[in-house]
Amino acid sequence: MPSDTDRTTPPPIIEAASLTIGYGSRVLLDRLDFAIAAGQVFAILGGSGCGKSTLLRHLIGLEVPMSGTISVAGRPPVQDAGPPAYGVLFQSGALFGSMTLAQNVALPLRTWSRLDGEAIDTIVRAKLRLVGLEGFENHMPSELSGGMKKRAGIARALALDPPLLFLDEPSAGLDPVSSVELDQLLLTLNHSLGMTTVIVTHELQSIFAVADACIMLDRDARGIIARGHPATLRDQSDDPRVRAFFNREARPA
Amino acid sequence: MSARVPAADAPRFSVDRIDLAGDRATLRFAGELRFRSCFDAWDEVRDLLRPPPPHLELDVSDVAGLDGGATALLLELRAEAAAAGSDATIVGAKGRVQSMLDLYGAHPRRPSIQAPPARIGILDEIGRETRALLNESNALDFVGDVALAGAQAVRAPGRMNWRDVPRLMERAGADGIPIVLMINFLVGLVTGFQAAIQLEQFGANIFIADLVGLSVTRELAPLMTAIIIAGRSGAAFSAELGTMRVSEEIDALRTLGLDPYQYLVFPRVLALTLVAPLLTVLADVIGIAGGLLVAMFSLDLTFHAYVAQSEKALDLFDVFSGLLKSAVFGLNIGLIACQRGLATRGGAEGVGRSTTSAVVTSLFAIVVLDAVFTVIFHALGH
Repeated sequence: MPSDTDRTTPPPIIEAASLTIGYGSRVLLDRLDFAIAAGQVFAILGGSGCGKSTLLRHLIGLEVPMSGTISVAGRPPVQDAGPPAYGVLFQSGALFGSMTLAQNVALPLRTWSRLDGEAIDTIVRAKLRLVGLEGFENHMPSELSGGMKKRAGIARALALDPPLLFLDEPSAGLDPVSSVELDQLLLTLNHSLGMTTVIVTHELQSIFAVADACIMLDRDARGIIARGHPATLRDQSDDPRVRAFFNREARPA
Repeated sequence: MSARVPAADAPRFSVDRIDLAGDRATLRFAGELRFRSCFDAWDEVRDLLRPPPPHLELDVSDVAGLDGGATALLLELRAEAAAAGSDATIVGAKGRVQSMLDLYGAHPRRPSIQAPPARIGILDEIGRETRALLNESNALDFVGDVALAGAQAVRAPGRMNWRDVPRLMERAGADGIPIVLMINFLVGLVTGFQAAIQLEQFGANIFIADLVGLSVTRELAPLMTAIIIAGRSGAAFSAELGTMRVSEEIDALRTLGLDPYQYLVFPRVLALTLVAPLLTVLADVIGIAGGLLVAMFSLDLTFHAYVAQSEKALDLFDVFSGLLKSAVFGLNIGLIACQRGLATRGGAEGVGRSTTSAVVTSLFAIVVLDAVFTVIFHALGH
C-alpha cells in the first residue's frame, strides 16, 4: 500500500506489509502497511497501550509477527548472533548491571571489532562525550539517574555506528533541557551521518522537533489512523483522535 | 421508607423514598455522602429500590458533599435501577456534587477484556501444573539452544564467553568454600557418631573409617555439595538472569548481536560443572576429618590407624565416581538455573517464582540423578 513516506526520494529501508502483531491469540495491531525511507527520522506515535513498543520489538526482530512481513535493509529482522545491523535504545536503558558504563559501551566493540583496548577506550570516551556522560566511565548503572541511564544506552547503541537506530521512548523521564539536548543529538546524527532513526514516543515537543514523518497508532482501531509529517497532521487532520493527540486534548468520546 | 446512618462519628446522610403518582418515585439523598458511612448503610439504600419503579429520580439537591467512593456507589445504584427496568436519572446536582458526577460518569462502562482468574481446586491445580510441565516447550527449546551453543563451543570456541568463567568460578566455588567445609565436616561428624554407637557394641571400632570414608566419598560429599551449590549459585544465577530478562537486558544483548546462550548460559554452566568436583574434593577431605575426630575422641583410635584403615577401605573408583557425579550435578544445576532464569516473565514476582523453581527442580533432579548413578554403579559391580 502506498504511503506518504514512499514519495521521498531515498528508497525505503524498512517496509511492513499486512503486518499483524499481538501476544498469544490477542491481536494488538492488524494488517499494518508502512515504509520508512532511508535517512528519515520516523516517529511511531500513539497513546499508552496502543502497541507502539510491541511494534518496535517486531521491527528489531525480538518478536515474530502473527502474519505479514517486515523487511529491514532488505531482509527480515532476525536476532541471531552476528554483528548487529542496528542500534537499539530500550525504554529503561537496559544497561548491564554488572558492568561499568565504559564496559557497557565497549561490549559491542570488544565483540565485533579487532580494535585494541586503547582504541576501544578512545571510542568509548567519545561516545560518552557525545551523550554528555564523559567522566562517568567507571560508574555502575545503579549509580546513575534514569535520564543518565538512557543516555548511556544511546551511547551503547551508537557504539558500532549503525546506519539505523531504534529508540523506545527516549525522552520519557528526562528533564526538559536534557530532552532538548537529546533531540539535537538525534538531529545531528541524522544530518551528519544520514542515520535513519525510528522513535517510539508520545512526547509532542520531540516529535515536532525531530520527526520527518510519522505514523499514529490507535488502540481501538488496532491500526494506523494517520500518517505523514507531524505538523501537517496537527494542522490539517480531520480525525478528532489525531487532533486531540497533537493539541493535548482529552480523548474524544 | 427511609434509610439513615446512625453512627455518631461518621458524617450523617439520609435517603428517603417518595412514591409519586404515575409510576414515579424519588430517592432523596441529603447530608454528607462519604463512602465509609455509605458502605455501612448501602444495603438498606438498595432495599429502597424494591420494588423498582418505572421512573426513578435520584435527587441529590440536598447533598452537601460527595466523595469519590460515594459517587461510584451512586452511579452504580443508577445502573442497578436501570438494569432492573427503571428509567433512572440523577437530578438536582450542583456545584461540586455535579463536578464529581461529571468526573466519574464521563467514561463509558467497558466490560472486562479478560475474565478474572478462576478459583481452582487442588485437583484442578495438580492437573494444570502437570499439563504445563509436559507442555513446557521453553524447556525443550532451551535444551536445543544449549546443544547448539555446545556445538558452537566446539566448532568456534572463540565465540564463547570464556572471559566470565574465572569470575563465575570464584563466585560459585571459592566464595562457597567456608559453607561447604562447615556442612561436610558436620555431616562427617554425625555419620561418625552414628557409626560409633553401633560399631562399639561389636568391638569393630576400626571400621568407622570404612563407613565414613565410603559414605562420604561416594554419596554424602557429592550430594551435600550439590545441595549447597543449588541453594547458593543455582538461586543466584536464576535470579540474575531473571532480573536481566525483566529489565530488557537479555533483549539488549540480542540486539548487540550477542547470543545469550553463548554469552550468559555457557560460562555459568561451565563454571558450575568445573567447580562442583573441586568443592567435592574438599568436602571429601573435611568429611573424613569429621569421622576422624569422632574416632579419636569417642572410640580411642589413633590418627595413623584411622588413616591406614581409610586407605585400605577406599579405592580410586570411590573417589572418582563421587567426583563424576558432582560434575553431572553441577552441569544439571547450571542448566536448570539458566533455563528458569531465561524463562522468567512478569517482573519481580516472576523472578521470585523462577528462583524458587530453579532450586526445587535442581534438588529434585539431583536426587533422581543420584539414584540413576547408584543403579549404574551397582550394575557395573561397584
